[in-house]
Parts: sequence; C-alpha cells; structure tokens
Amino acid sequence: MKPTPLYGMMAEFDTPTDLVAAAERAHHAGYQKIDAYSPFPIEGLAEAIGFQKNRVPLVTLIGGIVGGLTGYLMQYWISASSYPVNVGGKPYHSWPAFIPVTFELTILFAGISAVLGMLALNGLPMPYHPVFNVPRFAFASKDRFFLIVFSSDPQYNSKATRDFLERLNPRSISEVPS
Amino acid sequence: MAEAAIALRPPLIEGDKSIAQVTHDVCAPMEARPTALWWVALLISFSFLLLGAAAIAYQISVGVGTWGLNRTVGWAFDITNFVFWIGIGHAGTLISAILFLFRQRWRTSVNRAAEAMTIFAVMCAGIFPVIHTGRPWFAYWMFPYPNTRGSLWVNFRSPLVWDFFAISTYFTVSAMFWFIGMLPDLATIRDRATAKWRRRLAGLFSLGWNGSYRAWQRYEVVYLMLAGLGTPLVISVHTIVSWDFATAVLPGWHATIFPPYFVAGAIFSGMAMVLTLMIIARKLMRLEDYITLRHIDRMCKLVITTSGIVGLAYGTEFFTALYSGSSYEQFVFLNRALGPLFWGYWTMVGCNVFVPQLLWFRRVRAYVPAVFAICILVNVGMWFERFIIIVTSLSRDFIPANWFHYAPTRVEVATLLGSFGLFFTLFLLFCRFIPVIAVAEVKGVLKYGKPRLESAHE
Repeated sequence: MKPTPLYGMMAEFDTPTDLVAAAERAHHAGYQKIDAYSPFPIEGLAEAIGFQKNRVPLVTLIGGIVGGLTGYLMQYWISASSYPVNVGGKPYHSWPAFIPVTFELTILFAGISAVLGMLALNGLPMPYHPVFNVPRFAFASKDRFFLIVFSSDPQYNSKATRDFLERLNPRSISEVPS
Repeated sequence: MAEAAIALRPPLIEGDKSIAQVTHDVCAPMEARPTALWWVALLISFSFLLLGAAAIAYQISVGVGTWGLNRTVGWAFDITNFVFWIGIGHAGTLISAILFLFRQRWRTSVNRAAEAMTIFAVMCAGIFPVIHTGRPWFAYWMFPYPNTRGSLWVNFRSPLVWDFFAISTYFTVSAMFWFIGMLPDLATIRDRATAKWRRRLAGLFSLGWNGSYRAWQRYEVVYLMLAGLGTPLVISVHTIVSWDFATAVLPGWHATIFPPYFVAGAIFSGMAMVLTLMIIARKLMRLEDYITLRHIDRMCKLVITTSGIVGLAYGTEFFTALYSGSSYEQFVFLNRALGPLFWGYWTMVGCNVFVPQLLWFRRVRAYVPAVFAICILVNVGMWFERFIIIVTSLSRDFIPANWFHYAPTRVEVATLLGSFGLFFTLFLLFCRFIPVIAVAEVKGVLKYGKPRLESAHE
C-alpha cells in the first residue's frame, strides 16, 4: 500500500509569543512555505514570516469607484434620458439630488467588494483543508498556536524539519496527511 | 509591586481569565439547556410577535383605513415607529465601527450584541413603510428595474427613494459586518462541538475558517475597511431619514438642524437600547465578567453626551422659531409645548433631557437597576420625540380649517407591540445560537492592563 503523501509538519505552541518566535526562526532558517494558525490575530506574526501583500484595500477602492459611477450614471440615464419627468420644475439632470443615492451605492459596492474580496483571497469557503486532519488542530480556534512547514518547501526533509521543529520547544509535533 | 499594579490601566475583562476560559464561558451556555428564565422571556416576546402578525394580517387584508390617519395627518404612527427603530440600530454601528476607528478596545465585549441589535432593529423598521404602501406585495416597485410600464422609473429627487437606498445599503453592510466578525467564532463552535448537527452547521457557516495568519491579516483589513465605510454610512442613513421631513416645507420640519439633531437622537436612543439589552444579556447568560460595570459606565457617559446634544437641539429649535420671525414657525413650537399634545412634549423633554442628568453621578452609573430604568425612560422619550415632531406639525399646519387631531387605533398599537415582540424574539434566539461576545476579539484584549509576565522565551 502506498503511504499517504504528507502535507507538512506541524508544531503546537502554548502562547502567541512562542509562535511568533518560532515563526521568526523558521523564516530565518530559510523555510519559505510555512503558515501559522492562531485563535486570534497576533501582532507581528505576518512580519515575522514576511507576508506583506494585501490586496483587500485595492479591491475595496475599485468596488467603491464602480459603485459610485453606477449610481450616478444610472440616475442620470433614468432621469434625463430614458423617461424624463418634470418634477417641480427641477432640471432633468438635477445633480445635487443624485448625490445621496450615488453615495449609498458607493458604500454598498465597496462593502460587498471588500467582503467578497477577502473571502476570495483567503480561498473561502473552503470545504476541505488538510490541517484539519490533525486531531489536535481543533484547539487552534481555542487556545493553541500552530506552525506548519509544508512538504512543498524546497528545504523540507522529514528528518531535518522534525529536528528543527523539536529545537523550537513545541508542545507537540504532528505530521499532517494531505 | 502593589504600586506598579495601580499605575496600570484596569483590565477590560474581569476574573483573570485564561484564553480557554473565554471560549468556555461564552460557548458553554449555548450548549447547555436553556434556562427557565430564557423560556419565559421567549414566550412573552413571541406572544407579542404573534399579536403583531395578526394585526398586520388584518390591516393588509382590510386596508390602511384601519389606522387613525385622516386627510390632515397622513403620516403618524408608522413613520414614528420607523424612525424610532432605525435610530435604535445606529448605536450598534457606532459601537462596531466608530469606536473601532477610535481604538476603544472595551467595545469588544459588546460589539457582537450591538451589531445584532442593529440588524434586528432595521428589520423592525422596515415593516412600517412597507405596510404603509398599502399594497406591500408591490414593495419591489421602489427598486428601479426595467418594467413594462414605460419603463416608468422611481423619482430620484425624492427623499423617500434615497431612504430606500440608504436603508437597504445599511442593512446589507451591517449584516456583512456582523457575519465577517463572526467567522472565527463560528470556527470555534465547529471545533468544540460534540453533536454532529452542530459541527455540520457551524462548519457550513464558518466557511472553513482555519485561523491562518494570512487569513487573519486580510480579515483585520476587511474589518477596518467595513468600519471605515460604516462610519459615514450610519451618519448618512439618519441624515437621509431626517430629510424625509426637512425637505418638506412644513413649519417644524423645514430646518437645517435636522440631520445632526436626528443623528444625535438616534445614537442617544440606540445607546439606551444597547444598555437595556446588555443588562438583560449579562444576567441571562451570566456574562458579568465580560460586560462589566466599567462597560456600563462608559456607555452611560455616551448616553449623557448625546442627551446634551439632543437637549441643545430642542432649545435651538425654539430659538430659530423665535428669531425667524415666521408666525407659522413660532406657532408650531408654542403648540408643541402648550397645545393638545403638551403631555407628549413634556414626556419627551423630561425623559430625554432631565432624567439622563442623573447619570452625572458615579453612584447612579454603578447601580444597574437605576441605569436600566433610565434607559427605558430614554427610549420612551425618544419614541415621543418622533411622534411629537411628526404629529404636531401635520395636525395644525397653515390653515386652521384644515386642523385635525390624530389618535392611534388599536391596530396601530398592536403593530408597534408586535415589532417589539419581533425584536426581542430575535434577540433571545441570537443569545442562544450565536456567541453573544466576540470570542476571538476578547482573547486579543485579555492582556490589557496586565503586567507582561510571559517573556519567557528571551
């Protein structure tokens, strides 16, 4: 029988400070494909691993601009072109009156893009993820902190990586089947 | 050592909790059987909900003629209730968005419940204009869609159309904000569930959240984005609600003071409602360590601040009327204070301006029953504020021959009670099935005000 290919090697820590320190050391040791899991956001963790890129703000900005343009142009087309109605002698293109709806649609589109953008960039919804194969990973949403080195990392070697993780003084180490 | 501890800020969460304890304290009451108190509260709320449902079914089948409206007063109880409920919702967004931007970290204990309150309040608010259309099955006509009548579009110069866009945007963004904030906690419920159905359900709604640092980073940014979008949004929503009145030419409505006056009033009434709900929830779910007396104290300070703004607005309205030299404007305000609805006006001033002054005293802010009573009175007062603004201006306008009195019918009162039933039913269900406290956020502030003892790895 062929053994299941490994997804990575996972170490469990007790405190956020331990996790940040471990992530930093793994990053310095040259591991590139690593990930860290925690029950709440930890300041400095992303910097320790070296992940900076975040495209959520850009997606939100684009959503907002599209929303604002949609809102204004829709009102202009409807009120001045498709079916012009004289309301109290106001001009057909009465732009001050179009501002509230333009504003609301800017916010609506920006908000929806921010949320959908975050979900898409995070790959959510995600029905299956190998880390959940480790029974102890259930504590990752409670009070434990996990560091994983993926088997796809060029430096990954089941013996050496395990030794490296041992030296970080974790609570436990587990292999993650994919 | 003792002196060093005094110099620190007092912790936000009491009882020296560990991270695991937070999860347990918030999740355990949801997994246990509901208490008798909860059942009693739910049954009472649900009976009011049924009363409201019966009243709505009746008025839709018979028509809006079952209301006390007449040719002079064409807007009264329904718009009062609409503005009242929308206002209630605004405190939730204040706590979740504005206090987040101001880095008020104490908000973590109350933001989940406050956001829930916003969503339920907007639902209650939405009922009234929809019924008032008379033919609620055509409510979708408010949406500009291509149709076979021309296409005949909505009039974008009307504040009522702006209102439709504002309220629906507000509801959508609030619901997304709430759901995104809940993702990590749903993952917590999923991971600790023993019952299979609970794990399945929480797993479905948590979207497979695993707490990876990349996910957390994007999550924090999207939270900031939504807070930044929610802040101008909440101000715009009540501004637009106030334009429903301010763009009309009626004396007492046609005033530039309306937008800030309405926004302050909304936050005032909403804060009082948040406090009411928090005082109930901390008792029902035994969360006294999380929603502490210091939280209540801070919210009381927001109540008294907004009470001051509202009081100033009442005074400014009278001054503007006097200074305008318009006899119609002057008459409206004299009529409010001394006319047939004088008792409503003085209930409003008493509850909104005089009663909250008690909160200046630290001992009153620390005595929960007193705070609870004051908050109930503030809500009564704020309901009367909208009623007085709407009814007094309409019932006695320019020509005395048109004057007519308005009184609500039993059907209208039953609908209002029904909206309270809906609100509390939803809130009690929320307390049972969703973590009342943002677990992941509270874990992040546990160390607040504590000496940093664990630097063991150095």
